[in-house]
Amino acid sequence: MTDPSNLDMHRRTFLKLLAAGGGALLWPRSLRAAVSLSESDPDAPRLLVVFQRGGCDAASVLVPWSSDDYHRLRPNTAIARPDPADPKASAWLDDSWSLHPALGDSLLPLWQRNQLAFVPFAGTDDLSRSHFETQERIEEGFGPDIDLGGTSGWISRLVGLLDPTSGISFTADLPVICQGKADIPNLPLHEVPKAPFDARQSELLERLYQGDTLEATVKSGLKTRDDIAKMFADEMQAASGRAISGAGFEQEARRMGSLLRRRYRVGFVDVGGWDTHVNQGGAQGQLANLLGNLGRGLSALRDELGEAWPSTLVVVLTEFGRTFRENGNRGSDHGHGSVLWFLGGSIRGGRIHGRQVRVAASNLFQNRDFPVLNEYRSVLGSVLGRHLRLDRSAVETIFPGSSPDGSMEI
Amino acid sequence: MTYSALRSCLALGLASALPSVAFPHGVDLVWLDRTGMGADGTSAAQLESLGEDRFLDLQLGSTHPLPSQAQMEIDSLSIQRWDALALMHHRDSLAKIVDSAVGDSAKTVARKALGDWKNGIFAQTVERHLLRDLYSPDGLRERMVWFWGNHFSVHSAKDDEQILLADYEERALRPHALGRFRDLVMATLTHPAMLVYLDNAQNAAGHVNENYARELLELHTLGVDGGYSQQDVQSLAKVLTGVGVDWRRGPDPERPPPPGTIRDGGFEFNPRRHDTASVVLLGTRIQGGEFEEVRAAVDLLCRNPSTARHVSLRIATCFLGVPPPPDLVDRMAKTFRKTDGDISAVLRTFFRSKESHAPGALKDPHRFVVGALRQAYEGRIVTNLKPVSNWINQLGEPLYGRLTPDGYPLDQQGWSSEGQMVKRFEVARAIGSGPGGLFEIAQGTPSRGGFPLFQRPFFWTWREPVLGANTRSVLDQAKSPQEWNLLWMSSPEAMRD
Repeated sequence: MTDPSNLDMHRRTFLKLLAAGGGALLWPRSLRAAVSLSESDPDAPRLLVVFQRGGCDAASVLVPWSSDDYHRLRPNTAIARPDPADPKASAWLDDSWSLHPALGDSLLPLWQRNQLAFVPFAGTDDLSRSHFETQERIEEGFGPDIDLGGTSGWISRLVGLLDPTSGISFTADLPVICQGKADIPNLPLHEVPKAPFDARQSELLERLYQGDTLEATVKSGLKTRDDIAKMFADEMQAASGRAISGAGFEQEARRMGSLLRRRYRVGFVDVGGWDTHVNQGGAQGQLANLLGNLGRGLSALRDELGEAWPSTLVVVLTEFGRTFRENGNRGSDHGHGSVLWFLGGSIRGGRIHGRQVRVAASNLFQNRDFPVLNEYRSVLGSVLGRHLRLDRSAVETIFPGSSPDGSMEI
Repeated sequence: MTYSALRSCLALGLASALPSVAFPHGVDLVWLDRTGMGADGTSAAQLESLGEDRFLDLQLGSTHPLPSQAQMEIDSLSIQRWDALALMHHRDSLAKIVDSAVGDSAKTVARKALGDWKNGIFAQTVERHLLRDLYSPDGLRERMVWFWGNHFSVHSAKDDEQILLADYEERALRPHALGRFRDLVMATLTHPAMLVYLDNAQNAAGHVNENYARELLELHTLGVDGGYSQQDVQSLAKVLTGVGVDWRRGPDPERPPPPGTIRDGGFEFNPRRHDTASVVLLGTRIQGGEFEEVRAAVDLLCRNPSTARHVSLRIATCFLGVPPPPDLVDRMAKTFRKTDGDISAVLRTFFRSKESHAPGALKDPHRFVVGALRQAYEGRIVTNLKPVSNWINQLGEPLYGRLTPDGYPLDQQGWSSEGQMVKRFEVARAIGSGPGGLFEIAQGTPSRGGFPLFQRPFFWTWREPVLGANTRSVLDQAKSPQEWNLLWMSSPEAMRD
């Protein structure tokens, strides 16, 4: 793994960061409040980032159905060519690509309404093929030459620019992507949060940390829990009763939607289990179940956001794609190029964006993987800049030294 | 001068200039905490009488018995008598009942019996681990068993891992916890739990699976920046073909295994599944052959200077809870190389360093919970470990519960989020409010009393004199013993080493 304790900042240095425009780390106030933040303004732009940890197999999400090599090299794990009569077949998206059938019910309707887009051949220049190294690199969002040892993530920098109180991570602990100067609260939503302590005890607990390095963390943590518990309590009491329904990730996603609609502008969540080295499955099986869960969750999130859906952008990303050839165990190993998903009520969806190459064995990177033609920072820099109405210098703060891809009109 | 400033002086080697109040009775509680699962009255008195060097000798020496009641609890567990093979055979017989059951309801009952049995075996595995953490006099050994279980992490939810982990811990990790690193690598490499978890059980000539080979290089030995390439991953994966599992008990006289087969407790090296081509690994040619290829490759990995550095960095980060000074890691790595990976020698270098006296960092959830209980019930043996594992699980660090093979974070940064802190306060309240079911003999029977009491001689002799002013004044506000417990366990002093 990448050890965050690695002091020498291997291969990359802090000095390089300073040279590369590190002044941006000082959060110039003038860049803040680029976004309206009145509490229940349905038009204020919102962002949810979903990280698939483990390396999701790009060729199973966005199926290169017209590639003969794809079907030939994946005797057990290829998804069948589009065929309306076959429920196990992938769903036609365009002349080259189709969608995994497990995402058909939940996400195909969004594609048809132009609310879902994909960028294939996406990813990083990291060639370690290590989950942990590549995840950390993506979460930091710096270029290849810089590493702060996991102490500054791009969502934290983004939230610092918008409004330090606008972000939240729906996780039990704070991932690298949310770490940094802006204090981002974290709260998993597997269950409905309840207020843990009364006012007096909260105050005593806060006092314990007066002057401690964790003072702000403790104070904000107690307050976040109180606020969110109150919000859910109100919600359940409300006569109109938008009670949270569904199960598992779907239920969590509804709670996320509720908080993004009512209180937060930027959210993060991660979902695991994508490292399918053995028995990956095809139209059904391990990967199909994971995709089905994720798709249903995203669909529930949209329902819950309601009138705020048009102002919402959801980004789904993963550390890398997987080997184009099936391995010896009906699975796939760590690869390179992946696929980015974008969902939202007013995006330019219903199409595949970014640079592409014909999918064929002869076009593989290192004769093994999808190549990376759309570097994730330049894609995200461009898409987030447009959606969150950020100027060039703000994007430079979030992804220093990147060149936003102007052609990426999502 | 504040307490932490005093401590920083010590870490800089200015100990002689310090007034003795920083270390009541000559005991540096932070250092003592680091050596195990949490300081308590017994270990503090021992350190006071022996001094650090002799205390360390004792911790790194031969093992000492558990209190007899704790040992009896462990002896009563069936995992003490069943090895991995026996457990797998029992699993098979329960699975056969599922297969032969007629009708939906009979199948459901049989399936539940199998599931309950597997859950029970894993619960015993956790129970044994916790009993040793709570009561073993060999705190450093127990801490290293946890450390290696995290370094060579295996996730309990995959396949049959629930019933393999007891044997993995007992035969692969524990005997080598303070021994030679190479032995530890070989022990994990030849244990079914690891081979199943990282898919090497499926890695065979013509069906190569590089999952384990990659993590062996990246996580277990050289480290991600250790100087290996994708080609090295593929070479190592090839060397590891045929290294897998076989659950048959004894040789089958009808079909004797091919020459070169090695079988041991579920582990199997199968020469028919092994690719005998020679490869180049880390610039060195590995002559094609049978299992000797694997031994040669492991030698190569363990003697690589990157491994000495990577393992030393991990150990130092675990004990300090923060990124360690590079100079300390260099010294530990030098010991590692000089002693051919003697873990005890590396630990000695760490615990004799001035840096081992540096200010304490936030404990990980496991040590937070276990350390609190060691003080609250000093020596009184918990008979129901379920609440203990629940508290640890709630804080996000269940034993053998890490989904990914990288193990839990060693740096306190991984445990210092807002959500984590508030959850810790809640767990502190749960631990401090009463014994709950801790002393139940059987589920549902009334508990035999017992209240979590922190204000014991240990607290007044060693802990109280070094409390910060904030903590003292807040503790004075407590309106009940339960609230005092909540506030004490939530304090920065109790949260940190």
